[in-house]
Amino acid sequence: MTGADRTTKDQAVLRGENLGRVVGTKTILSSISFEVAPSELLGIVGPSGSGKSSLLRLLNRLDEPTSGTAFLDRQDYRQIPPRELRRRVGMVTQRPFLFPGDVAANLRFGPAHRGKSLSEADIASLLDQVGLPGFAGNDAAVLSGGEQQRVSLARTLANQPEVLLLDEPTSALDDEAKRGIEGLIAGLAREHGLACVMVTHDRDQARRICQRVVLLEAGRLVQTGTVMEVLGA
Amino acid sequence: MLKSLFHTEIALGLAQAAIASVLALLVVLLARRRNIHLEKDASIALLRGIVQIIVIGSVLALLLRAPRWTSVFLLAGMVLAAGSISAKRAKNIPGAGKVSTYSIAAGAGLVTAVMTWAGVIDTAITSLIPVGSMIIANAMNTNGLALNRFRSEVLAHTGEIETALALGATPDATIRSYAESSIHSSLIPAIDNLRSLGIVWIPGLMTGMLLSGAKPMYAAIYQFVVIAMILASSGLTSLLSTTMIQAHAFSKADQLLLKGNA
Repeated sequence: MTGADRTTKDQAVLRGENLGRVVGTKTILSSISFEVAPSELLGIVGPSGSGKSSLLRLLNRLDEPTSGTAFLDRQDYRQIPPRELRRRVGMVTQRPFLFPGDVAANLRFGPAHRGKSLSEADIASLLDQVGLPGFAGNDAAVLSGGEQQRVSLARTLANQPEVLLLDEPTSALDDEAKRGIEGLIAGLAREHGLACVMVTHDRDQARRICQRVVLLEAGRLVQTGTVMEVLGA
Repeated sequence: MLKSLFHTEIALGLAQAAIASVLALLVVLLARRRNIHLEKDASIALLRGIVQIIVIGSVLALLLRAPRWTSVFLLAGMVLAAGSISAKRAKNIPGAGKVSTYSIAAGAGLVTAVMTWAGVIDTAITSLIPVGSMIIANAMNTNGLALNRFRSEVLAHTGEIETALALGATPDATIRSYAESSIHSSLIPAIDNLRSLGIVWIPGLMTGMLLSGAKPMYAAIYQFVVIAMILASSGLTSLLSTTMIQAHAFSKADQLLLKGNA
């Protein structure tokens, strides 16, 4: 274990410990352990079908691990009510799945479900954060792919999460939109202290914005370490 | 033509059933030409239908001499069978069998009990069993439609539902609009039956009453009563089954269990 690994472990806001998932007779994930600290961007890389997205779903508890567990701020996440956990560990999916209505309604969705309403200023601030100033009244259905993904990101940020899970958030975007989202995510980690876990099949993308990566193959953790250690230059 | 060939009621009835079945099978063959394969389902359903109706005819013949309370057991048996048949329309939904049986029992049972208590349905076996079975059968169809639609809606919107869950929504909130749509669509046949009553179709019960000598006006009004009862019991069944099945669609940790590969 390197000095950097020890520091991350000590400061970890989210830690997976021997996480595994078996569905029927199929092993989806087997004994995955990792940790992510505030302001850190951890990449989950690996070929298609290696279990990257499945791992992310366990962390948001959309699926249940069949072995191991995760700790959020040193608390076993199974002891945290699922709705509170999902607020604290926000997730941005590959497809944005925006709800019908305008952008502001999408941003209000999460807080409204715990009885909080966002002010116009809150919405404007969130939209500024994701580079969409003045979009509050726009119909969510007519946005471009990149804009939809930004709204999806703002919608998750509206819950003020401590950890941000990102499941290939740029896979459906063109290069320009992809670079924009990458800059946004890196900024959120660096400037807002968010711990980010990003699934990507694009190793160059991991090299560009992640500090450390976890390499999965066939549901198993092959290697974890800094980008240089795992992916090389 | 048949009457001149068959001289007993049973032989005539079987010949009529054979002709009706041949007609149904011709339609199945027509569907086959368009690559819609109903052969197995339709053949089994026709065979089951004729056997079951002959059995129930025989049971009714015996029950005509039995005490009135025995009809309760027959209706209860029908509810159990309806629950089992209806649940098959809700493949992969955990708990569909129980939900279907409870919903049909409550929906059809409550309406039949209230209407019998009010004197709308006569307690004579010859009245309670046919009317009760119509109510149960329609509740069964509505329940099957509701659960099938619910399943389709959830499978078509898994992404939206899980996105809402991931944002901290309750399972009930994520699925409410799909449940409402399931209830609404399951009741379309019952509502259309009521709307088209007398214009598009004259249902069997009224025909039977007319054939057995009832006055046309009373037969017509009573037919409306039965169709309205069917709407009430179907509505109640659909509401109950859709409400109950929602609890089975999620785990205790608010995870969506109803998925395409479930």
